[in-house]
Amino acid sequence: MRAFRLEVNGDEIEVAAPGHWSLLEVLRYRLGLIGSKQGCDKGDCGACTVLLDGRPVLSCLMLAATAAGHEIVTIEGLMPLHLAGGGAGPDPVQDAFDRCGALQCGFCQPGMMLSARALLNRNPTPSREEIHRALAGNLCRCTGYTQIIQAVEECVADSAGVARSTPPWLRVREESADSGSGSA
Amino acid sequence: MAARDKHGPGAPWGDRFQVIGAPRRKVDGLAKATGHAIYTDDITLPGMLHAKTLRSPHPHALIRSIDTSRALALPGVLAVITGRDMPIRYGVIPWTPDENALAVEKVRFIGDEVAAVAAVDEDTATEALELIDVEYEVLHAYLDPHEALARSEPAIHDTKKKGNVSKHVALAFGDVEAAKAGADLVVSGDYFFHGSTHTAIEPHCALAQYGADGVLTVWSATQITHYVHRALAAVLELPPQKIRVIQPCIGGAFGGKSDPFSLEFCVAKLAMITGRPVKMLWTREEVFYAHRGRHPMHMHYETSVSKDGRILGVDAKILIDGGSYSSFGLVTTYYSGQLLVGPYDFPSYRFDSTRVFTNKPPCGPKRGHGSVQPRFAFEVQLDQIAEKLGLDPIEIRRINDQGASTETVNGQRITSNGFAECLDVVERESRWKERRGKLPFGKGLGVAGSMYITGTNYPVYPNDMPQAGIQLKLDRSGLVTVFTGGNDIGQGSNSVVAYIVAEELGMDVGDIRVVAADTDLCPVDLGAYSSRVTFMVGNATIDAARKLRTQIVAAMAEEWDVEPRRIRMIAGRVIDLEDTERSVPTREAFQVAEVKYDTLGSTGAYNTPTLGGDYRGGAIGASPAYSFTAHVVEVTVDVETGRITCDKVWCAHDCGRALNPTLVAGQIEGSVYMGIAEALMEEHTVNRFGLHQGPSLLDYRIPLSIDTPEIEAFIVESIDPEGPYGAKEAGEGPLHSAIPALANAVHDAVGIRLTHLPLTPAKVLAAMREQREGAGSPAPATRSRVASDGSRAHVARDREES
Repeated sequence: MRAFRLEVNGDEIEVAAPGHWSLLEVLRYRLGLIGSKQGCDKGDCGACTVLLDGRPVLSCLMLAATAAGHEIVTIEGLMPLHLAGGGAGPDPVQDAFDRCGALQCGFCQPGMMLSARALLNRNPTPSREEIHRALAGNLCRCTGYTQIIQAVEECVADSAGVARSTPPWLRVREESADSGSGSA
Repeated sequence: MAARDKHGPGAPWGDRFQVIGAPRRKVDGLAKATGHAIYTDDITLPGMLHAKTLRSPHPHALIRSIDTSRALALPGVLAVITGRDMPIRYGVIPWTPDENALAVEKVRFIGDEVAAVAAVDEDTATEALELIDVEYEVLHAYLDPHEALARSEPAIHDTKKKGNVSKHVALAFGDVEAAKAGADLVVSGDYFFHGSTHTAIEPHCALAQYGADGVLTVWSATQITHYVHRALAAVLELPPQKIRVIQPCIGGAFGGKSDPFSLEFCVAKLAMITGRPVKMLWTREEVFYAHRGRHPMHMHYETSVSKDGRILGVDAKILIDGGSYSSFGLVTTYYSGQLLVGPYDFPSYRFDSTRVFTNKPPCGPKRGHGSVQPRFAFEVQLDQIAEKLGLDPIEIRRINDQGASTETVNGQRITSNGFAECLDVVERESRWKERRGKLPFGKGLGVAGSMYITGTNYPVYPNDMPQAGIQLKLDRSGLVTVFTGGNDIGQGSNSVVAYIVAEELGMDVGDIRVVAADTDLCPVDLGAYSSRVTFMVGNATIDAARKLRTQIVAAMAEEWDVEPRRIRMIAGRVIDLEDTERSVPTREAFQVAEVKYDTLGSTGAYNTPTLGGDYRGGAIGASPAYSFTAHVVEVTVDVETGRITCDKVWCAHDCGRALNPTLVAGQIEGSVYMGIAEALMEEHTVNRFGLHQGPSLLDYRIPLSIDTPEIEAFIVESIDPEGPYGAKEAGEGPLHSAIPALANAVHDAVGIRLTHLPLTPAKVLAAMREQREGAGSPAPATRSRVASDGSRAHVARDREES
């Protein structure tokens, strides 16, 4: 058993845990921060992604004790940080994921949203290619990534003050509504 | 009898929908976005123990003895159980109960569960597994379904059937032989569909608590709460009313969580023995062995057509590799034949499907259960036919479109059908006419179509009770709580239920709360499989809401002394249409109704109408409605490396009315992604020792965002007369034709016909080599010949020459 201090979502917390425990285990089973998920426990899926000093890391591959002295942000921290920064409601990334349908089962999404948040903090106007690459460490099995990419692109459009693009299914729907000839 | 035909597809108040049909958020979206949603492994109970499973290292062996004494002696170990503790067999299909929670006398695949340990923590439980001594007598292992079929000894299961047969179905409709004799062209060929697995990102997890009052509570990542409930009662020999099963949020399922699994029985038994809560979370490796994924199928198809491209008959013979247990295999075997009967009209059809046991992880239902494999074979063969007849591949599909309001060759009723529009949309959006056959060498476009069920009228265990039930509770605060047994597995069924109640009662979706998938609280629903939830639960919800609505309207009509027909519930208010000054918030109307009728609530239910052909098995595959899909896929084939890149997919899916198009688009995109991945990247298989060839997310490669093609989803809405507001399904249909469309695109790109999945670089290079070597002497199209891919095609009768 080892005792160490972690800074998680702005809180300084004293933790005692077996020395071989990963950061993910300590977050989930000592601190009750169950928003970080375990999909493989060996660094393949990205569901356990958290931010360490602003960079996305796999918490299942990091010994908890080595995270001492670093700022850790989990999914539970995003909305409080946004509120503390003067924002309203959830972080724009969380809001966009919800609005765009990117949260199907939702299991991989805490990690995905943190990867997206880290990207946007680093580069507020990434290209589609850059978004794809930034999220390539996070597996999603539900969405085919399409609505995830759309959500991140809507964040980019909003912060740049330009119009959001319309997905194909919505474009065709709007066209047929305009022409007054909805199908069947 | 449930109120399945009392409500038409129209809007409940006037001619416009208020909630339905608009892009909308999910009811649980923000909880998932903020990390507040609770999944099974997120639950920790006081004093909870952790359990682990000992698994077989042999693919086929008798268990001579098990000695658990050393494990039990390890400090921190509270209990060890083996098959003798739970000897009653179960199976999700009641006719084939061939599974045990833990193996009793023999093991049938590497990974088969043998013993389970409960300990104070996971590390101690894992350590204890090493201390369980099992003596095995190793038996011959069947890894090839052909061998398993040819040999009966040693049998994998002690059934009466010879040759390790799990299920055999042979059905014939119309005269296939006459169709062959009268055809202008008969094309025959062999096709293979490999195994693939679900790979939900959340591993299976279960937690049990056994109270001093004798009530067992099991939380499980399951998509079929009701069947788990029944199986637990049977195996643990507990009265079902003493068992409560709860499905928390679930991290993906895709069919992979639709059997009762060993861990659910083990945590329950261990909790009963120790008097403490017990949790088991499978590792990713264990999930790969648990499998229940796509069945490998060896398929032979012979299709007879007239020279103008009309299908005259289809003759299929299929060998299905079932793996080690039955699971849903009885249904899989039927589905492999029964679901091919659309979107094309066949005057005659015959199929002969045999599922055999092998000593491999058990196969089961994966998205598009039993029908994705035959769809691949048939749609590739249809492309071959179009090529031989010189027809455009989209045109041959149009020619054979069965259309709406018809009956299939095997007696299934087709109601709405938007297949023709699906073809139109993908043709237009992909610029098919301008580009197909005209792209540079190495680039190509392919098309395919498909049909899928929207629920099935076969309720797994025969009974006449409703297939879906709903309860509504009205609160005088203005809140409506919906209780549904339906399993939201991420597809958004809880949201759909809320949208429907909001539509029916003219309320804000945020004022509807949904309680789901808890057998103590919710009426029975059969679960999330066969794309049944929106259709069945949706109809039950409309039924319940309309009963309640009638009461509220009657109460307000009496209050205002007007005719009930003047009253509308719209935008959170109840109004008098003829005196719009007169209106109250819904909350007040609830209170008026509560005064008049006492505590307010209602129930609703759905049952399918009597469906299906009048023959044994005729109800399997009979669905109250069918969805239709068309895909166009664009590929690039690198002829140097053999690598196929899927560049773009256009998918048009007829889901009936899209209750929330955002969710429908998400289902289409997710289906397309999964289908393309199966075709190009994924293969679930074992090596010659029966060991999984790579049970990790690194070795079993599922696509990253950078591996996923651009996907354009299109929604076609052929309003179904019986669906809730005309809705059908969107979760499974749009996977099917992605795979053959991709194979057909490869043919357009480089002229090779790939018939055996997955489409690996090695297969591409081999086919290209064969194509080059055979290029010197092309066989005339009007003679019998052996095609370059090994399929045999011959012209039965050449009317142009004769």
